Amino acid sequence: MLKIENLTVEVKEDPGNVILRNLNLHIPEGEIHVLFGPNGSGKSTLIQTIMGFPQYHVLQGSILFKGIDITVKSITERAQLGIGISFQRPPNVPGLKLNKVAEFLVKQQNETTAEIGKRAKELEMRDFLERDLNVHFSGGEIKRSELLQLLLQNPDFLLLDEPESGVDIQAMKLIGRMTNALLGTIPRQPTQPWSKKKAGLVITHTGHILDYIHTDKAHVMCQGHIGCTGTPSRLLEDIRNLGYPECVRCHERLDDQLQLKLAGG
Amino acid sequence: MVNASSEDFRGRARQAASKKAKYGADVDISKFKLLEENIHDSVNSLSELRSRDEITLLRKVGFSDNDSRTSGSYLQYDFDAICHKSKDPGVEVLPIDIAWEEHGDWLKDYWWKNVPIETDKFTAETELHSTRGYFIRVKAGATITYPLQSCLFISQNFGAQNVHNIVIAEEKSDIHIITGCATSAKAGLHIGVSEFYVEENASLTFTMIHNWSDDFVVRPRSVTTVKEGGNFTSNYIAMDPVKSLQLFPTTILEADATARYNNILYGHPGSTMDVGGQVVLQGDRSRAEVLSRAATVGGTIIARGILDGQASNIKAHLECNGLILAKRGIIHAIPELKADRPDLEMSHEASIGRIGEDQLTYLMARGMTEEEATNLIVRGFLSLDIEGLRPEIKAELEKITSIPAGF
Repeated sequence: MLKIENLTVEVKEDPGNVILRNLNLHIPEGEIHVLFGPNGSGKSTLIQTIMGFPQYHVLQGSILFKGIDITVKSITERAQLGIGISFQRPPNVPGLKLNKVAEFLVKQQNETTAEIGKRAKELEMRDFLERDLNVHFSGGEIKRSELLQLLLQNPDFLLLDEPESGVDIQAMKLIGRMTNALLGTIPRQPTQPWSKKKAGLVITHTGHILDYIHTDKAHVMCQGHIGCTGTPSRLLEDIRNLGYPECVRCHERLDDQLQLKLAGG
Repeated sequence: MVNASSEDFRGRARQAASKKAKYGADVDISKFKLLEENIHDSVNSLSELRSRDEITLLRKVGFSDNDSRTSGSYLQYDFDAICHKSKDPGVEVLPIDIAWEEHGDWLKDYWWKNVPIETDKFTAETELHSTRGYFIRVKAGATITYPLQSCLFISQNFGAQNVHNIVIAEEKSDIHIITGCATSAKAGLHIGVSEFYVEENASLTFTMIHNWSDDFVVRPRSVTTVKEGGNFTSNYIAMDPVKSLQLFPTTILEADATARYNNILYGHPGSTMDVGGQVVLQGDRSRAEVLSRAATVGGTIIARGILDGQASNIKAHLECNGLILAKRGIIHAIPELKADRPDLEMSHEASIGRIGEDQLTYLMARGMTEEEATNLIVRGFLSLDIEGLRPEIKAELEKITSIPAGF
């Protein structure tokens, strides 16, 4: 569903500050991948580049979504093609009620406004609909508001940036459950068959979210590209036991081996 | 029309007939024609009006044809008061000339008392060439459940409508008045002198919606006095094109009185809106809040505000936020605080800018086009939470469509 080839990205305001280097990533339909990596390794830049945010500039490479080259497409076009993203620190929009955005989203999906009330109830946030978007929202409230919007948007491919940050255990369970609903790993309606059409990419720092959601594959990001790939539980264990510095060293060794191999011809 | 005023008023008015106003471009009043009288038939309700277009215009400024949800109505077409009625025994609604005939003995104590005749040429013109206006009195202790509505309409092109309005909210009364001004003409002059008297512990909410057209010159002149424990809320909404609009309403507060202004302004290309508000806090523990939201797509908006603290333990806040949404749009925020003593608390904040790129990209990531996102953000920005607004008025606030994309 998502195929990233040879992607190199710099910060638009700071040319030469290259954050992603020759990155390759393939996420097939029905798979949810996890992205680990130390701070500054480029995880957030990657998902923001996939969404098309203007602060990053693609120097080379391509992003294909559902077979369509979206590398230079607008954010709107990407969203309309079926990519959705949760924001970690969404901006305040004073005066704009969450409900107004929700109304837009159900209209896009040809759903009725009853869907808004239903989803808001599930997320225990009906009182939020008449509040100004993100204004004075707590960390947990932001997460739930983001999930509500995404549930209504119903994207085929989901980008989640640290869904567990800033929430307590109780909220974590709820967020896990709703994330599963969103990723189609549980049916939207009990009568619906399991959807295997969705895919997603989840950034996690702590790995806590993995106790609540199903994932297929994990990647460790390191210095702007994918260092290694494996099963999520295995990689998480390695990171917990050895820490990211070891990951980086391991990755450098792999790089050296690659260089030697290339040099040896 | 029977002239209600004495020779003394007329003499004072003549003295000030060419006195320029403190703010706003000068206006050559002689370019406009005094409205003709006795040309419109009286009606009982909106549905009796012949022109569907006019009915739509009236609805847009909050005038409802649903009588059961209003406590009374006043509708003035050009010079003629074609409908005035009260549906609540607690409130009296009359054309100002009839009010003078009926209550002249005591109404004289409210006549040109809050607003001095010699304020400027516009107040003087209203005395010299009055084209009526309304009188609204809420009786002591009466709580009026439904809003009272009024509309001043101009149909004659290049007409000059110079109205003198008096509103009295007697002790412990409570009312919401929704008043609209609208026109089917292209050019004209509207001067509205309004004297508001909020007596002890009374509450008056006054919502004014202006919907003029491209070549209108508009000069409201209003002063409100709020006695002890009283409350005055003024909501002012101007979303449509107008050539030149200038108003600077003043409110004077006695002890424990409160005033709140909410101004919502949308500046179109070719429009100049000079809108402000002044609250003089004369009484101890009085409170005031002046909030303005201004967005321009090419017009000039001057947002003034003066808080004048003259008593102890008062609290007052002034806030003006501006959004410039197109080239050539100008916003000039002029917040002023005055105080001559330390035992009070006054503050102001002002900001001008464009829509945040982070706000735009946030909403675009939900699938909105840049234009859709911009419209939602601007509507949100302009939607000061004003209680008791009818859906028609809210719809008026949401109709913004002319924001150029990609600015």
